Order: sequence, then structure tokens, then C-alpha cells
Amino acid sequence: MKRLATLLTLLLALVLAGAAFAQDSPPLPANATIQSGNRQAGSPSDDQVNAIAKQLYCPVCENIPLDVCGTQACAQWRDLIREKLSQGWSEAQIKQYFVDQYGDRVLATPPARGLNWLVYLVPPVAILAGFYVLYRALKAWKQPTPQAVSEPPASAQPDEYILRLEEELKKR
Amino acid sequence: MAANFGFGTLVITLLISLFGIGAAVYGARKNDPAWVDSARNAMLLTWPLVTIAALTIIYLLVNGRYEVAYVSEVTSNSMPFYMRVTALWGGQAGSLVFWTWLMSAFASAVTLRKWDRDREFLPWVIVVALVTLAFFLVLIIFFENPFARLWSVPLGQPVKAMFPPAGAELLTVADGRGLNPLLRHPGMIIHPPMLYLGFVSFVIPYAFAIAALVTGRSDDRWIRITRRWTLVAWLFLSLGLLLGGRWAYDVLGWGGYWGWDPVEIAAFMPWLSGTAFLHSVMIQEKRGMLKHWNMVLVILTYALVIFGTFLTRSGVLSSVHAFAQSAIGPLFFTFIGLTFIASLSLLFNRWNELKSEAVMTSMLSREALFLLNNLLFIGILVVCFWGVIFPLISELVTGQKVTVGPPFYERATGPLFAGLLLLMGIAPLAAWRHSTAATLGRAIWKPALFSLLVLVAVLIGGIRQPAALLGFWLAAFVSSVTLYEFWRGALARHHKSGESLPVALWRLAGRNRRRYGGYVIHLGVVLMAIGIIGIEVFQTETQGTISQGQRLSLGRYAISYDSLATFDTPDGRNVARAVITVYKDNQPIGELHPRRDYYYESQQPMTIPGVRSTMEDDFYVLLVDWQPVSSTGATFKIYNNPLVNWLWLGGLVFILGTLIAAWPDKEPEPEKATVRRTGFAPAKA
Repeated sequence: MKRLATLLTLLLALVLAGAAFAQDSPPLPANATIQSGNRQAGSPSDDQVNAIAKQLYCPVCENIPLDVCGTQACAQWRDLIREKLSQGWSEAQIKQYFVDQYGDRVLATPPARGLNWLVYLVPPVAILAGFYVLYRALKAWKQPTPQAVSEPPASAQPDEYILRLEEELKKR
Repeated sequence: MAANFGFGTLVITLLISLFGIGAAVYGARKNDPAWVDSARNAMLLTWPLVTIAALTIIYLLVNGRYEVAYVSEVTSNSMPFYMRVTALWGGQAGSLVFWTWLMSAFASAVTLRKWDRDREFLPWVIVVALVTLAFFLVLIIFFENPFARLWSVPLGQPVKAMFPPAGAELLTVADGRGLNPLLRHPGMIIHPPMLYLGFVSFVIPYAFAIAALVTGRSDDRWIRITRRWTLVAWLFLSLGLLLGGRWAYDVLGWGGYWGWDPVEIAAFMPWLSGTAFLHSVMIQEKRGMLKHWNMVLVILTYALVIFGTFLTRSGVLSSVHAFAQSAIGPLFFTFIGLTFIASLSLLFNRWNELKSEAVMTSMLSREALFLLNNLLFIGILVVCFWGVIFPLISELVTGQKVTVGPPFYERATGPLFAGLLLLMGIAPLAAWRHSTAATLGRAIWKPALFSLLVLVAVLIGGIRQPAALLGFWLAAFVSSVTLYEFWRGALARHHKSGESLPVALWRLAGRNRRRYGGYVIHLGVVLMAIGIIGIEVFQTETQGTISQGQRLSLGRYAISYDSLATFDTPDGRNVARAVITVYKDNQPIGELHPRRDYYYESQQPMTIPGVRSTMEDDFYVLLVDWQPVSSTGATFKIYNNPLVNWLWLGGLVFILGTLIAAWPDKEPEPEKATVRRTGFAPAKA
């Protein structure tokens, strides 16, 4: 039982750690420069624009992030981002501007408030519930017949692996 | 004329299907083989009939009969012959006919097997297949009719209808709108059939499961009969997903292969439940356990297959309005709901008869670990389903539309995928029934040690991102465990029989191809994981406008803009094609030709990347914009996608493994001969 608990805890830790990692890893900054570009100093680069556009979705092109969308509307949005950037707006301000204009749907994920909490809560709760159900089921299964095993203890067999392999290959 | 003929054929097919359902149920209830035979004949008749209907559509497509609405929606004069043929699945109505055709082919193939030992299953398998078929036929005939024509009426807009409205005349159309340019790609031509084959073949295990429930056979016969079907379904579904990813990478021009789009997820969900099913049926075969759970999984997979078919073509999940307006949305949901509830109530009826023949005896046994695997797969499924459904819920409740995009899915499924990789490393070493920490530890320490060495090497190599470190460690762990399993098995056989090691390995794998094919699949998954870590964690990109002769650099790479040409092609495109030179560490390493194709008919642009691909990384260049005078400049977006080729290589290994596992047996084993002749898995002796 302890072992199962350990394994489950381990898996759970892995899941949580993974979630933390996933949150921690921001998109890599592109270490790129335009060697002899014709941009004036002070004007925002395409990469700065794309860094923000990547996080936005226009209402017309479903599920295509703004930085790679080819439509005219999206090109105009990108120009708007460039304009705001050159006016000194911050990333958060620009995103808020689009939210105010077009609603929460421009964001890649729903902002965590109100009903939207459900989107973040339901999957972990469901999965944790699954872990719990599985834990209870395994426990219930094991207890009534603690030794339904007719095999000899595995350690007593020198060529235990060969026996096991044979057994596994045979009975399909 | 041809359209009427095709439509009539479909109507006859529907009537025959309905007759078949009735005859099968009656024959089973009255125990009258004549009626069952009649139902079987009805089933067998549907295939040639749907073939005729599909060929009629192809005839109309190829001959440019644009008065048929479907033909003018998906073809045009400029499209080549093969593309007009494959336009059969280029739109909703044709896709449904194609689905139906595949369904009737698979179901007919099943009814042709030898049924000596499972006579009682036959009528119910026919019922399930024909009910599914009839549902699709109803959709086609009444709602998505590929034969509907365009009529010009005296007043107002042309009308789309099967039969002429009063006073209407057939509209003459000179040219069609043509297939969506995004779909004019070899990958897109084979991708839908693969997915559909996967979808359709999952109906067969479901049909047998229902037959087992109705007839009350509680053994694992239905699983053994359909084992190969399930693997084949899974093979096609995997192929479809891989091809779709490759298509996105080559054509969609966003430097990625998977965008967590609802349509992609719709195809991914049955794969997830199907994969869970493939693993958990092994527990039932080996230990006679989890009979309820396997039923639930196969029922769920069927529901998701229908759901996926519906989503992939209709796009109705984009908003509540689109759903409410589409005629077929509510019908699909009703059908899914009814079959789901009917299947589950059948299951509850038989709940007590499906008792486990054994109990779980060890928490570290393989069956226990398989259950964890199932939990994680279903967890990913929950995340996917919830993410797809939530925007609709939000819109219904608050009126506010939201986007549930890639960051949500990546964050939620990443850890679950990592958990699956970990299990993939542990479970093959755990024994069935009885497994202790000591036995497991003895088996695991060598591969675990090796994987830690790899982790150290990766750290020394300068990689610090936690997600990448975890991923590479898991990849090393799983691959060493898997290769160790091959090695231990071959060595044991070598010692026992004196065969040389390669021969021992070959014969070992031949004795249980499902097991060793499965391990090859695991290796494929590891390779894919390496590719996914590479592109997800280490992808870099930049964008810039440069004039001729200037350079734009990204890491060790740079491009210089050489020239740009624009020209028209005979198939109705205007192409702008840039020539750029790629430099690595300041050395020229080749030329690339990113381009922008503009389709006049559909007024759609398409961005085709120029890609230099190696096992180390892909250098991926998009032409974003350009000035009319090429010396003024052009805008390029460049991506460096490290290790992404491992993803495609892994995909090939994955498919190879599935083929090994699913390949029909040829070694004769006398007592199983009758079953095997029909091409199915050998029965339990």
C-alpha cells in the first residue's frame, strides 16, 4: 500500500512539477538582429511586434495566432501594435486595449475570473478524482485476498526473468 | 440525370439498410438463421450501392458538372484530374459519402468472415454497422446532399435543391469555385482518408462489444476477434494525425505541426481513448479483469469517432450560432447521445455478469501500472474535451466568447504526457500479477543509471531548461528500458537455445509481435518526444525586412535576400517566389525559395515555406511581404526548429511498430487454423 501511495505521490509530484515548469518556460527570446536593416532607431522591430501578436487571436481567424495570420485584418492589427509600441505603450497595456475593444476572446486563454475559473479547475479536479478513485479501487481489490499468488517468491528463482518471459509470450 | 441516379442509389441503400436492421433483430430474437442471412445479404449489398453513388459523384466532379452545387463548391476548371477525383472528400457532403463508403466496406468485410464459433454475434454486429450506416445515409439524403443542384428561379437567388422548384430551370455554371487552396496538397489528399479509415475501423470493435453485451457473452471473445481491427484502426488514425501534422508544417506556414485547433483535437480524442483501450484490453486478455472498463472505453471511442467525423468538416464548434444554424449539428448530437446512452444501459444490464475473474494482487504489477496509464490518457482526453467545449459553455452562460488556445493545452497536458513517458519506462519491467519493489528495482536500476548518465551529459551540454531536462531524461530512460527489454529477451533465448543473438532477437519478436511491435512503438514515441521537446522548448524565430543583398540573422544562421520573381501559373495561381541564400557560421550552405501563392478563384493566399532540413534542426523561412520593386526589400520570417525531424522519424518508427504488431499471423498453429484463415487474431485455445 505504501508503495502504491509512493508511486501515486511521485506521479502527482511529476504532474505538478511539470505544470510548474510549463508555466516557468517563457517563449525564448529570439537572439536576432537585423544587421543592416533600414529601420530607424526607436521604431519597434518586427520581433517586438510578434512577441505581443503571438499572444493574441483576432475574432475572425479562429485559432490562428495573430503573429502568423495572413489576412489583411491581422496585418492591420499588427500595425496597430507597432503604432502603440512606438507610442511607448507596454505589452500589458496593448493586450488590455485589444481586450477592451474586442472582448476576452482575443486572449489565448480565458482570463481567470468568474465562470472562466472552470476552464482551469475542471481538468485538475477530474484528474485528481481519477487518482483517488483508482487508489481506492486498487486498495479494495487488494485487501480481500492478500495472497492470491500461487507463484513462488520471485527472488527464489535464479532465472526468474526467463520464466516470466516464457509465461508472457505463451499465454496471449 | 447522373445526379438523380446517384441520389436514387443512396435512397435505395438507406431502405436496404433499414430492412437489414429489422431482419437482423427479428432473426436474432426468433433465432431464425434465414432472417439473419437476409440481413447479412443486405449488409453486403450496401457496399456496391454506395460505391455506385460515390462513383457517380466522381463522374460529376471529373466532368465539371457545375450545376451540381457540391461540384461547383469543390472543383473548378483549372484543377487537375486527380484533384477532382479526390475532391470527393474535399467538402462536407462528399466526405460523408466517402465515410459511408468506407464504413460499408469494412462492415461487409467483417460479415464475410467465418462465423462458426460466434454465430450469435453476427446479427448484432450487423445491427450496429447498419444503424451507423443508416444514420449517415439519412444525413446525406436529407441534409447534406452531394447531388443537390442549383436552380434559377424566376424571382430571386438561385436555389439549391435536389428537385426543381416550380418554374425553375437548371442553372448553367461555367466554372466552379474550386477546392480550398489549403487543401490542394498531397498531404491533404491522403490525410482525410487515413483519418476516416481510422474512424471507421473503430466502429468494428464497438459493434462486437455491443454484440457481446446483447448476447451476454462475458468472456473476452469480442476482444480477441477485434484485436487486429483495433490495431488497424489505431494505425490509420495515427497515420492520419501524423500526416495532418506534416501538412500543417509544410503548408500552413506558422512553423509548427500542431496548433490545438478543435478540428485537430477532434481527431486526437478517439486516438486517446483508443490508445487507452489498446492497453487495457491486454489486462482483460491476460487476467480476465476490467471487463466493464474496456466496454466503457470502446463505447467512448465510438462516440468520439462520430463526434470527430462531425467536427472535422463542419466547424460548428466555433460558435453557438454556427451550431444552431447547421442542420446536422443537433442531429449528430442526438445520435451520439442516443447511442451512448443505449450502449451504457446495455452495459449496466450486464454489469454483474462481467465480473472480474481475478483480483489485483500487487500495486506494482503491470495491470496496476496499465490502469495508471489509462488514467493519464483519459486525463488528457478530459483536458482536450473540456478545452473544446468550454468556449461554447461560456458563450451560452455569459454571452462572452473566449478562446482556449495552445497555452492551456500545453500546460495541462504536458505533465500528463511526462507521466505517460515515465510509465512507459516502468511498466514493461513490471510483471503481471505479482511484482514487488525489489523485483522491479532489480530490473530497473541499470536503465535508470544509464538515463541519469544521459541527463548529466545533457547538463554538461549546456541545457538548463527544466522542461527539456525532464523530457530528455525521460526519453533516455524509456529508450534504455525498451532496448534493454529486447536485449534481455534475446540474450535469454540465446542462452537457452544456442541461437545467435540476431536470430534469437528475430525469433523472439516473431513469437509475440504485439509485444515487441508495441516496444517499437514506444521507441517511436520517444523519438517523437525528442522532436517535440526540440521545437517546443528551443524554437527561435525572427522577422525583418531586408533589401537585396542584405542579411537577416538568427543565431548561427543568416539569410541574404537575392531576388524575387512573380508569375502566373496555368492552374490559376499568382506566385511570388523569393530566392535567398542561407548562411551558417557565415558560410553559405544553400539556397531556399519561400513563396506566396495567391489563388485567383478563391482569392486566398497561401504561404509555402522554404525549408532546409537536417537531423539537427530545420531552418524554416517564410516570405511575409515584399515591395513591388524587389530592390526595395522583402519581409521574411525565419524559424530555427531544433530536432523537429526526430518527430517525423519517430512517426515512421511508430507506424512500423504498429505494422509489426498488427501484421497477420502466418505460423500455422493447428487448433487456431479456422479462425486465422479469415484474417483475424487467433482465438484462445
